[in-house]
Amino acid sequence: MEKEKVSSEKKPFFESKKGIIFAGAAVGIISLILVQLGNPKNMGFCIACFERDIAGALGLHRAEVVQYIRPEIIGLILGAFITALAGKEFQSKGGSSPVTRFFLGIAVMIGALMFLGCPLRMILRIGGGDLNAIVGLVGFAVGIGIGVVFLNKGFSLKRNYKTSSFDGYIMPIVAVGLFVLLIAAPAFIFFSQEGPGSQHAPIAIALVCGLIVGALAQKTRLCMVGGIRDEIMFRQNYLLLGFVAIIVVTAVGNIALGNFKLGFAEQPVAHTDGLWNLLGMLLVGWGSVLLGGCPLRQLILSGEGNSDSAVTVCGMIVGAAIAHNFSLASSAKGATPNGHIAVIICLVFVLALSIANSDLVKKNS
Amino acid sequence: MKIDTCGTSCPQPVLMTKKALDNNPGSNKIEVLTDNNTSKTNVKKFLVSKGFNVEIEEEDDTFLVRGIK
Repeated sequence: MEKEKVSSEKKPFFESKKGIIFAGAAVGIISLILVQLGNPKNMGFCIACFERDIAGALGLHRAEVVQYIRPEIIGLILGAFITALAGKEFQSKGGSSPVTRFFLGIAVMIGALMFLGCPLRMILRIGGGDLNAIVGLVGFAVGIGIGVVFLNKGFSLKRNYKTSSFDGYIMPIVAVGLFVLLIAAPAFIFFSQEGPGSQHAPIAIALVCGLIVGALAQKTRLCMVGGIRDEIMFRQNYLLLGFVAIIVVTAVGNIALGNFKLGFAEQPVAHTDGLWNLLGMLLVGWGSVLLGGCPLRQLILSGEGNSDSAVTVCGMIVGAAIAHNFSLASSAKGATPNGHIAVIICLVFVLALSIANSDLVKKNS
Repeated sequence: MKIDTCGTSCPQPVLMTKKALDNNPGSNKIEVLTDNNTSKTNVKKFLVSKGFNVEIEEEDDTFLVRGIK
């Protein structure tokens, strides 16, 4: 039996506030580098957009401008996997309402593609001066607040269990498989010739950036949803500091590089429909709180052997395919009528789930 | 007082700890069992913020986070 005494002694670096600020700053700098090297503007990282691009590359949707196997995603999973193994934190586990999580993944993706970005891209957009993302942030925070109300009312997707030890290796293996497809580029994989999907940093650099951010996020538990959630629930600002660090670093960096453009109109890969930007991110915030973490965190956990998060990631990829096949995804021109309907349906679905899994309904177990 | 949070992930273990403390005001000892590092750290931070001295026992795949005032 090992004993670890902690009260006032020094914390490990990555559990300290300095650690999370360092990680946030690193994510900000790496995002700026990726944009300089070819990624779309304000899209150094976007978990939703990149999973959507992968769905397109695999032919799950046929939106020709958003098809590419993003090495950043591969790197994030493998970076988390390697650091989790090294830190003895890799554990195959799952079984906490997987079907619910799959559909929540779809809902979160539909919300993110209404807004045009996951929470991480939302703050990268804020750092680029895109005021539409501030509107998104308001919706995001409100969504988290609603989710917290249900958490306080006993919302739970129930516990997970240890799974077969191989289960946790599947996502890292899939990540390697995606990398092989990216390099081999067989005819059945689609790569955009124009549009955001065609804009990307060199493969090796994007992969390394993903690995670094994956490792940092695994060590620090960096999570865009967790920051606001923990501040509301427990008055703990650890994760929020990472969130703020990303905004500060990208804002300063974009100003220095001449990429900072303050305003609503003509922002890169964004639209100005305020109501739907707000509702889209409200859906993302609410859904992510129920899932226990933002899309980035789900990806990281899937690399740590958590199959519930792996199922969520698969749900997000399917959600991206649905969003483009059914014309739910917004574009620079704005939101679509189908997207409006889909977001409302998803909000109703998330409300129903929130009520059904909380103490508001008498549970049998 | 002892609570078992195994299988749940953040923020639930902290929430369960918070509820246990809220339901037993004035208690000066709490033990929280968890099975993952993240929750261990989060519960530890939470108890420290509530003025507890914390020690952690690790056994197999579980952590017993013990807070004493």
